[in-house]
Amino acid sequence: MMAVESPLVTADVIEAIEFPHLSQKYRVMGVPKSIVNEVVEMDGAYPEAQFLAAVLKAVTRP
Amino acid sequence: MIPQKDRENLKALFASGLAGPVQCTFFTQQQSALAAPGVECEYCKETRELLEEVVALTSLVSLDTHDFVTEAALAKTHGVDRIPAIELKGKAKGRVRFFGVPAGYEFSTLVEDLLDVASGQTKLSAATKAQLATLTQPVHLQVFVTPT
Repeated sequence: MMAVESPLVTADVIEAIEFPHLSQKYRVMGVPKSIVNEVVEMDGAYPEAQFLAAVLKAVTRP
Repeated sequence: MIPQKDRENLKALFASGLAGPVQCTFFTQQQSALAAPGVECEYCKETRELLEEVVALTSLVSLDTHDFVTEAALAKTHGVDRIPAIELKGKAKGRVRFFGVPAGYEFSTLVEDLLDVASGQTKLSAATKAQLATLTQPVHLQVFVTPT
């Protein structure tokens, strides 16, 4: 949904079983698992506000 | 792939809920006698069938299929490095993509995204939208799911 609202967001939904090398790279052991800019991870489903906080954290890292 | 009853529900949902056209740009690998005879990539066939069934339910969703191998340059410009890959194009400001067969739980995400991309609107709160508007750097979200 964030990708619909912002031109800066690319949202990829990835089926973990078909891409084991990616699941391994990001240590996906349970789903859903979300990765933001390769730096912030969220295991499980996050409520909207927390998800947004994680996204903002990923872009404001020094 | 989609059970008859679900297809009817989906058709009705699209008829009342799809606000505009959506193009599904689909990268797959066609059967080729030169490559691996009679073999599409493992889930490419299922994905293609699923998308064809979805497209048959509404005139607003179109399918634009490309071959990952023979159209490698196009795949590259789309940033597609694995297949099956689907990108939804409509009124979304950013990019919405699916990698792997969008079956099971992922299918309802695909349907939701089709509706959102068609309208360019989402159910995100005003506060979230305001924060998103302050973004100055690209955000690449990768959400791992499974069909069950």
